Amino acid sequence: MKKLFSLLLVAAMCIMMFAGCGTKAPAETTAAPVETTAAPAETTAAPAETTAAPDETTAAPAAAGTIKIGMSGPLTGGASAYGIAVKTGMEIAVEEINALGGVQIEFMSQDDQADPTMAVDAYNALKDWGMQIFAGNVTSGAANAVAPETVADGFFNLTPSASAESIALAGSNVFQMCFTDPNQGAAAAEQVSSNNMGTSVGVIYDSSDDYSTGLYNGFMKRATELGIQVVCEMSFTSDNKSDLSTQVTKCQEMGADLVFLPIYYTEAAQILTIANKMGYAPKFFGCDGMDGILGVEGFNTELAEGLLLMTPFDATSSDPAVASFVAKFQDRMNGLIPNQFAADGYDVIYAIYDAITAAGLTGNESTEDITAAMIAQFGSMTVNGLTGASMTWDANGMISKTPAIVVVENGAYVPMA
Amino acid sequence: MKILQYLINGISIGSVYAIIALGYTMVYGIAKMLNFAHGDVIMVGAYVSFCVTNYLGMPVIVSILASVVVCTVLGITIEALAYKPLRGTPSLAVLITAIGVSYFLQNAAQLIWSSSPKNFTSIVTFDPIHLADGRIVITGEVIITILASVVIMAGLTWFTSSTRIGKAMRAVSEDRDAAQLMGINVNSTISTTFAIGSALAAIAGVLLCSTVPTLQPTTGSMPGIRAFTAAVFGGIGSIPGAMLGGILLGIIETFSKAYLSHQFSDAIVFSVLIIILLVKPAGLLGKQVQEKV
Repeated sequence: MKKLFSLLLVAAMCIMMFAGCGTKAPAETTAAPVETTAAPAETTAAPAETTAAPDETTAAPAAAGTIKIGMSGPLTGGASAYGIAVKTGMEIAVEEINALGGVQIEFMSQDDQADPTMAVDAYNALKDWGMQIFAGNVTSGAANAVAPETVADGFFNLTPSASAESIALAGSNVFQMCFTDPNQGAAAAEQVSSNNMGTSVGVIYDSSDDYSTGLYNGFMKRATELGIQVVCEMSFTSDNKSDLSTQVTKCQEMGADLVFLPIYYTEAAQILTIANKMGYAPKFFGCDGMDGILGVEGFNTELAEGLLLMTPFDATSSDPAVASFVAKFQDRMNGLIPNQFAADGYDVIYAIYDAITAAGLTGNESTEDITAAMIAQFGSMTVNGLTGASMTWDANGMISKTPAIVVVENGAYVPMA
Repeated sequence: MKILQYLINGISIGSVYAIIALGYTMVYGIAKMLNFAHGDVIMVGAYVSFCVTNYLGMPVIVSILASVVVCTVLGITIEALAYKPLRGTPSLAVLITAIGVSYFLQNAAQLIWSSSPKNFTSIVTFDPIHLADGRIVITGEVIITILASVVIMAGLTWFTSSTRIGKAMRAVSEDRDAAQLMGINVNSTISTTFAIGSALAAIAGVLLCSTVPTLQPTTGSMPGIRAFTAAVFGGIGSIPGAMLGGILLGIIETFSKAYLSHQFSDAIVFSVLIIILLVKPAGLLGKQVQEKV
């Protein structure tokens, strides 16, 4: 048993050595990424490596038309709800794609517990497995640690839900399926302006949290450009968030008729409760972190009536694609309603699949060729997914998509009129 | 006009700090130890109350009583298991143990109630009072919290000065060895102190979560540390000092957030504390005790 294991390790090392050699050799491929099939010299180089590796690899042969995609996320621990949702969403997409025939996907998930060190280990385990495309880390902290590694190794990296700006900026092969925080903030400002949500805007954000501060900065920048009148900016930190009544009172004093809450639902639930007690009833507008507020135990959902939130995914939507996804997810997860993370994971696999088919990849190409082809595709293609329509990516790998705004009515999300 | 509203907000959160600080100050004054797990006993109290009302459908008064009973038992257990064996060891050992107990309670709460937040249903059901055309709102929670803190402060003052056990507590606080020689059971006196401190924590937990509804395993830790600061500010060991310190801390915090800088409010609060402690090292109402060598 031990011997077999060490043999496997040796085999993995051999593959990695060869793979390392392979990435140096063909410099021309990056120049003409899409026409990889037209340049047979490089493609034949790839299978040669696999045959060079010892017998163990034949146990899981990279048969023609099979591509190995790996993901890593918190499958256990405090953030496991996110990781499991993404993984399940991805598995549903893989199953659907494999049922279509054509290019097959081999999928592997690794647990990183949202911890940067464990994420690097998980990533290395995926490399040992023979991963060809990396479907990203789920959380920003883990993604920040792994993104530079994928840049160094040349793996295509599309993260479903890690939203920090630094991740996309790590390298040209790193892409995001979710909004970066500042971009989501800017999109929120545009929605406020185009929908005439309010004339005097108050903002309450968490200055100790990257996500919230990123949204706030993006919102303020775009709001200034659009001429939105922000009358009150209040912040709190993780150390003093146990009392937010002053922030709410200040917004009331300054006469804000729309309060933008780029924060998580836990504090938002507190703010809504306090505002209700104070007899203050402006419109409240939140981002994707607000998703989940209706599920807070003990929270009176009547207080959330009229709450607006920008969410990339609405599980109650009547869209047949969404309905089918929700049904499949509930089937696997004992009736649990999928959140946006699950939908992000689903979209990641489909976006990768679209790029693979458009580029005509078969899985026999070298990692470098695959990555180059994927980058070229993501630079030009438009994807319609569960988490947004007409998604495109810029040169940095940041996504642009139309966010959906929902409003809470009778304790459920309905699209904003 | 809004300045009055901020004052009310400040007194509201300040009286919650005051009730927590009373628990800190009791235990410190008598057992001469900093019970850093106090904040987490508060959290347990709030969870117990939440469960009794939301899962068992019991009336509010039953839930408060249940949480007082559970916290008292918890406090005595913690004292017996974690602190009593360390009596006579350097105070640093007890301090570290208290921090350990604090983490233990937080993690245990995470296992029992999960880390996802719950929204505490306020125990106060009557409507807020609106003054000056609704520009000033006094919520029922504010009134109840202020009343509770005053009653508790007066009760504790009476208890420690007039009852037999209270006098024993003061004797233990003054000189533990001498008290023992006079026939006072030091161990049971300290256990009683913990029982009272934990019962106060239960009430503080219910009132804290009625004022700010978010209930998580970490709910008690930050208010706990702030209340500890308030206790030091008012003079640790002094019962009226804890009350004064708590309310002042709440007011300073609210005003610095509202008028000075919302981002630096904590820095401002703690700067004020440092300045006051520089001028009065024993705190506002603390007694300067001459160390006898």
